[in-house]
Amino acid sequence: MSAQANTHAAPTTAVQDSEASAQPLLQIRNLRKRFSLSGDFLDQLRFKGGKLVRHQEYVHAINGVSLDIQRGEALCVVGESGCGKSTVARTVMGLIAPSSGEIHYDGARIDQLNSRQLLPYRKRMQMIFQNPYASLNPRMTIQQTLEEPLRLHHPGWNRQQVTDKVKEVMHSVGINPDWGKRFGHEFSGGQRQRIAIARALAVDPEFIVADEPISALDVSIQAQVLNLLMEAQQQRHLTYLFITHDLAVVEHFGTRVAVMYLGTVCEIATTATLFAQPRHPYTQALLSSIPRLDDDRPQHIRLSGEVPTPVDLPSGCVFHGRCPYANERCKQEIPVLQAQGDGTQVACHAVEEGRL
Amino acid sequence: MALLEVNQLDVRFALRQGEVRALRDVTFSLERGERLGIVGESGAGKSVAAFSLLNLISKPGFIAGGDIIFDGQPLTQMTERELRKIRGNRISMIFQDPMMTLNPVLSIGDQMVECLKAHRRISTREARAIALDRLRQVQIPSPEKRLDQYPHELSGGMRQRIIIAIALLLDPDIIIADEPTTALDVTIQAEIMALLLALCESHDVALILITHDLGVVSQVTQRMLVMYAGRVIEQGPTREIINDPQHPYTQGLLNALPQMATPGEKLNQIRGSMPSLTHLPSGCAFHPRCDFINRADGAPRSACIKQVPGFVTSGHCRVACHMVAEMLEERRLKEETP
Amino acid sequence: MSLSTTPTPTRWERFRDSYVWYSFKRDRTAQLCLAVFLCLVVAAFCAPLLAPTDPYDLRQIDILDSELPPFWIDGADERYTLGTDAQGRDLWSIILYGTRVSLLIGFGAVILQALLGVTFGLMAGYLGGRVDAFLMRLADIQLSFSTLMVAIVVGAVVKATLGSSFYSQYAVLMLVLIIGLAEWPQYARTVRASVLAEKNKEYVDAARVMGLRSRRIMFRHVLPNTLSPIFVISTVQIANAIISEAALSFLGLGMPETHPSLGSLIKAGFDYIQSGSWWITLIPGAVLVVLVLSINLLGDWLRDVMNPRLYKG
Repeated sequence: MSAQANTHAAPTTAVQDSEASAQPLLQIRNLRKRFSLSGDFLDQLRFKGGKLVRHQEYVHAINGVSLDIQRGEALCVVGESGCGKSTVARTVMGLIAPSSGEIHYDGARIDQLNSRQLLPYRKRMQMIFQNPYASLNPRMTIQQTLEEPLRLHHPGWNRQQVTDKVKEVMHSVGINPDWGKRFGHEFSGGQRQRIAIARALAVDPEFIVADEPISALDVSIQAQVLNLLMEAQQQRHLTYLFITHDLAVVEHFGTRVAVMYLGTVCEIATTATLFAQPRHPYTQALLSSIPRLDDDRPQHIRLSGEVPTPVDLPSGCVFHGRCPYANERCKQEIPVLQAQGDGTQVACHAVEEGRL
Repeated sequence: MALLEVNQLDVRFALRQGEVRALRDVTFSLERGERLGIVGESGAGKSVAAFSLLNLISKPGFIAGGDIIFDGQPLTQMTERELRKIRGNRISMIFQDPMMTLNPVLSIGDQMVECLKAHRRISTREARAIALDRLRQVQIPSPEKRLDQYPHELSGGMRQRIIIAIALLLDPDIIIADEPTTALDVTIQAEIMALLLALCESHDVALILITHDLGVVSQVTQRMLVMYAGRVIEQGPTREIINDPQHPYTQGLLNALPQMATPGEKLNQIRGSMPSLTHLPSGCAFHPRCDFINRADGAPRSACIKQVPGFVTSGHCRVACHMVAEMLEERRLKEETP
Repeated sequence: MSLSTTPTPTRWERFRDSYVWYSFKRDRTAQLCLAVFLCLVVAAFCAPLLAPTDPYDLRQIDILDSELPPFWIDGADERYTLGTDAQGRDLWSIILYGTRVSLLIGFGAVILQALLGVTFGLMAGYLGGRVDAFLMRLADIQLSFSTLMVAIVVGAVVKATLGSSFYSQYAVLMLVLIIGLAEWPQYARTVRASVLAEKNKEYVDAARVMGLRSRRIMFRHVLPNTLSPIFVISTVQIANAIISEAALSFLGLGMPETHPSLGSLIKAGFDYIQSGSWWITLIPGAVLVVLVLSINLLGDWLRDVMNPRLYKG
């Protein structure tokens, strides 16, 4: 399984859409991350044919992902569970060290920095998490939670400046500033997510990674939080890397979309293009399986089989086992992202050969 | 007569804050082979409703009033022994988490055989044959092999198929499915839903589908109930409610979906959040979030704040809303005056 | 929304609304145990005020008064309610002082255990990897020595180097050190287990994304959220430490008889059971049982209330 991992071609940096003249805010280059499943050294030793061998197993969470995020856009990464989308987010934020590949922020490489060197970037890039019930420290009041990043990043500020800023940011996310002395568990899920957003916004970042920020919330609350994120984007000129599994949200929120499957990006397109004209067979299947309100009987594309585990990656195109258009080449050769006429990039042999 | 009739069902929980009414005044019926959706957000009481149908509410909860009549027999007055004959046999249940139903230390085949033998006097061989047949029906690849596998060897989608096979094992009259696909991925979810739908149709099984996903409800069910803070606030044919929701909450819920707004524009949100059952607002539980508590002329409608709304019939739907009641009344007066 | 109308509760109001207080109000056993425990603690620490005699003062002791029975038995002396021991010390006074010594060692040892155990457990759990492996193997090694072994070794070393008079002078400190050193792994393991659970929660990730240093995340974010299991294990450990001390003293490795703890009182009286002076050993024994039992029952209640999972029972 490790042999085929190297055959991924270099990212298609040459093909960018017309805005590419401006330098992207975030560049991810050929990012890979594998997690060891084998425990420590002693656990890895196995007897095989009378010999002691070291046996290691890995989860291949990301296998060569390259993405560019332009200033001011909201790039949505969609995919099913286990496709590596959250790992991309966490790697970008430095919560996980990548196995290989590079991450550049505003021209500077950040994936090799230690936590002290990363500190200036922490102020510029922030993260919003999925579960508002776990992302607030249960033993801290809201005031303490929001003051903490300010005191760290603005050591020179006096008490008044910090409290003023906390008030301002609480107000901007629609939380009454008088509630600062309360604890997280006294708030509803939607309010907690607002507070988590306030914490991210407190240091005035320019880039926000949002990892499934609304999937733990109820429908009526999802709309509130999504509105809040869009409002914040307009007022603060934010750039988003938005991780989600919900395509309806993507259609509404995203500027561009990257569709991931088993740790690889299979299609990148602007939102309008992707929904009007999905190219990759997986994207097509994904779009057809959104439960819509309008049609009585869904005509969704049925995919055969189950998602393979990222432990034993299939050879060739990772999707070939479930793809209705797969042929011999798909089983052998890993497809690379290739630009189409309208700037969409698709990694599919069938699209490339015009079979689809 | 309907297969299942629920009248004025009232479920309470005795908590330290006092008695909480988790369900109140829930009334609906289910015909043979009908598919009914129960929609609501978390805390609306939809799962409590499902559990109370089988009298599975555990302490501190209890059924405080109302009847559940299944095939002419009142479930609420049955002994535990009589209930067991109905549970799993004539009414079966599918949970969100397959591992709630599957025993991790028994093979799939053993579990299915055990379930069959508990309700029917048949040999293990016959039971295995039936189990195999059900596994084929849920379109599991190589079903013979699956019988001897353990739950942890299967993927999430496969497990949920097994659960459906187990639910179908004893040819039930009703399947209650509580968020059956929430834990699954979209592509798998679509497959499982399509499978469940096809099986219910071919076996003439009634389905009660509990979900928060309006898209799923609209595709699978014929009638639906919308729940809010322990009450049913709107019920009727699914198409009618989806196309023309009457209750402001149902309207808000549908309008809040991203697919109902222009991309990039603000979504139509409902302000606030669902009240906790321990602190229900007075009158209509939705009134603090409702945009229609004022009349068209701007005067506040005091009934919304003071009085719990009763049901009014609008078209084929029953709606619990003062505003709708008022509009219907006005319309009736207008029709009568000329 | 209900939040906007209600004022923010104060700390006291929060406590009154809490589940801990609610279940305490309904649990008669817990109430009784707390009452007994508090009585014992107050009595022990007010010993100089409550005790009719000072058992440490040799001038107040008359060897002729030895082995007098308690008041309900014929031949009792009305000056000594619970009788006297073999040296003629008032049993009531010496039990008060002894309980004080026992509690002092119990609390002291637990504080030391907690300091070591919490720090090591926190580091092992949060930092993981080699630090984890090293500290946990250290804990395993420590656990493979019994408290008794540690006591013998430390006792022997101290007595050999500094003399036995030094040892008995600082016996309380020595016992705190011995029991503290011997049993910190209990804390380390409990804390490590709950740190591992907390570490994966998103608030820790949020703190890392914020740029906080590891030490601050460990102590400010992770530690406060592992307090419940620490609390629960502390009650059990206090009881254990008191018993350990009693056992060591009983074997002659603990408190000297001039400054007896409950354990050394039991030991001192043990020799006189045969001669009919059962009260010298049984009354301190009963006090020890009541003390340990009340702490253990309180611990049980606390465990049920706070965290049923993490204590290994």
